[in-house]
Amino acid sequence: MAREGILVHSPYERMTEEQIKQIHHASVQILNDPGMISFNCEAAEIFSANGAEVTSITSADNPCWLVRIPEKLILQAINSAPKIVKLGARNRDNSLFLNGEEPRVFFVSGSETNIWLDVDFPTYVKKSDPGTEILVPEFHKRRGTVLDLCQAAHLCEHLESLDAFIRSVNIQDKDIIEDNKDVNKFFASLNNTTKHVMAGLTSLEQLDNVVNMAKLIVGGGEEELKENPIISFITCLVKSPLQFVDDTSQTLMEICRRGLPVVVSSAPQAGSTAPMTEDGIMAQINAEVLAGITLSQLVNEGTPVLYGSVPVRARLDTLNDSYGAPETSQYNIDCVQMARFYKLPCYATAGVCDTKIPGQQTSIERLFSDILVTLSGPQYLHCAYGLLDCNSTFCLLQAVLDDAHFQMIKFFLRPPRISEDEVAESLKQIRAVVATPQKLYIRYIRPLMRSGKLSMPYPFEGDGETDNVFALAHERMKQLLAQPVEHIDPATTKKIFEEIPGILSRLNVYEERRKQ
Amino acid sequence: MKETMEETMEEDILALLKENVIQGRRTKDDEGVDGDMVGTPAVLELTQLMVESDIAPEIIIKQGLTAGMQVVGDKFATKEYFIPDMLASAEAVGAAMDILKPILEAADIETKGRFVIATAKGDIHDIGKNIVAILLKGAGYEVKDLGIDVSPEKIVKVVREYKPDFLGISALLTTTMVAMGKTIEALKENGLRDKVKVLVGGAAVSEEYAQEIEADAYCVDGFHAIKVLEDFQKVKT
Repeated sequence: MAREGILVHSPYERMTEEQIKQIHHASVQILNDPGMISFNCEAAEIFSANGAEVTSITSADNPCWLVRIPEKLILQAINSAPKIVKLGARNRDNSLFLNGEEPRVFFVSGSETNIWLDVDFPTYVKKSDPGTEILVPEFHKRRGTVLDLCQAAHLCEHLESLDAFIRSVNIQDKDIIEDNKDVNKFFASLNNTTKHVMAGLTSLEQLDNVVNMAKLIVGGGEEELKENPIISFITCLVKSPLQFVDDTSQTLMEICRRGLPVVVSSAPQAGSTAPMTEDGIMAQINAEVLAGITLSQLVNEGTPVLYGSVPVRARLDTLNDSYGAPETSQYNIDCVQMARFYKLPCYATAGVCDTKIPGQQTSIERLFSDILVTLSGPQYLHCAYGLLDCNSTFCLLQAVLDDAHFQMIKFFLRPPRISEDEVAESLKQIRAVVATPQKLYIRYIRPLMRSGKLSMPYPFEGDGETDNVFALAHERMKQLLAQPVEHIDPATTKKIFEEIPGILSRLNVYEERRKQ
Repeated sequence: MKETMEETMEEDILALLKENVIQGRRTKDDEGVDGDMVGTPAVLELTQLMVESDIAPEIIIKQGLTAGMQVVGDKFATKEYFIPDMLASAEAVGAAMDILKPILEAADIETKGRFVIATAKGDIHDIGKNIVAILLKGAGYEVKDLGIDVSPEKIVKVVREYKPDFLGISALLTTTMVAMGKTIEALKENGLRDKVKVLVGGAAVSEEYAQEIEADAYCVDGFHAIKVLEDFQKVKT
């Protein structure tokens, strides 16, 4: 068994076949001229050894190389990268199969936010009528902690529409340092959700500790983990425009050597680090992702990779990212089409908003891209559950609101139920109702009502004319957090704490319970 | 002993009747909420059986039909049930009342009252009116539905001849709600205004408008109408 996601039957496409080919050819030309600048020596050597033209352009204190990648290498990489990528899970029923040729969408949380947003509901009294009181949400920012990450994973475990968990909080506790950050963020996530866990690496030194932890959880070695890859990684090895970053390129290569799934992503900003024009940013981001995928396949042919795209438009007033802009959704949909052209599973981005707290603008910006990018059929949609302020803030309440939206989107995408039998049944119904004095179809709703075939009302609808969305969603959030989560079993937890260095003792739920 | 057995059987059938009201099963062909009762006797068949077994209609109504509807009402209030469930149960009870009506009349037992319902002159929107009619019938009222686009003259004629206790008029449009006022005027002109309580409702109508045209009550929906009628009954007693 695995999660089903939602199949988009007729994916929305912006670009024609001809335009897709134009972008592809432009990207191939870019990779040859000007090529990629690599700040990583080993990556440059690998490209060189495989026929790329590599020239040192090292300055006094900045070693780097210009890598001109021939089309042949790119096409070989596209060919050798798996078309179906499995992402495993602690609960195997939560596994995902991402098929580059099938527009089946899985909804995923993300990214790594620095700010955690708490909410409470103080009572406000109306000045002109002190008898009238209302609850108004107030939001409070603070730095995220490892226990916040546990809570985020716990909530996401119970969000029905969410298929996999990308760690959503940057853990900034005083006792978290570079050397223990990765093991703690992976353990906090894995211990609080049975869904697939994806994250980036802070320190390459920690990669093997993280991989060994995953092996202990699946109860085996390398092969068992490859068969059920409960973790995967995301690497931003490219800095736009067209530069391989030293450390993240090294991270990508090491992950590839371990054969674990990895997202090769690029995040150019149209207007500053990529052209503002649609064809320009598309040609560049596609070149950057293809360059990363080519490196991954040269390091270890057959490494499961996702075509990762996080393109965004620049705001013209601040030059910050503008995820809420319609162009950002256009670029993301274009990337989905490019990935489908290569038959590679696509990691796309939606749902990110520019606003800092939950509210009307947040809902508008989120839903706009959530719906449109989903309709284009990416396999792995980072749809920013709970994220605000261009991915820098995470709010549990917002994640609960987002889950409701995605359940509606999933419902909408159900295929039409039209068949000879259904039509015959409807004709029977129409004739029967027209013959009655009241001419109402209501009695025929009943068999559908509890079958799951009808959508339910918006779950946070208030009574009468009051808007209680936040208060009701907050109640739902508390209910979900009160539901238990299946932690890693005690014996495995014990082994992990014995064998994997650096995990904070307060994350051992069994020891913490014993102390109480 | 025989008497006790008969009493037990009566209790069992009444419990079954109540359960079928809760399930909203009018006939044996209906699925009900649980969906696994098709083919078993439902409200219509059970009421018929009880009538043939000489069970008093007051008992059938009170312990079977009304008791069932009370549970349905509770489930609706807690959002376990929705309007279609409520209507299915009300329809089933309405069908049972059709069987019981001649017996009640023969025994000179009063129903909750006669209710004439109509959509105002010029208005053809009748979904709400139809739902109200089903609910009222299910609540034990004798309902006469005059249909859509009904003129004040026709309503006056029916009130004079049928002698209802209550008259309900519905309008969706602001252009047709004026016909409600005209109907009340026509009742006054014909000396019938104090013979019938007039209830008005529909999307265009408001409490203020009801007062303006001197209706006896404004009803938000069918459930509110039942509550309003109960309040009238309390005043009467």
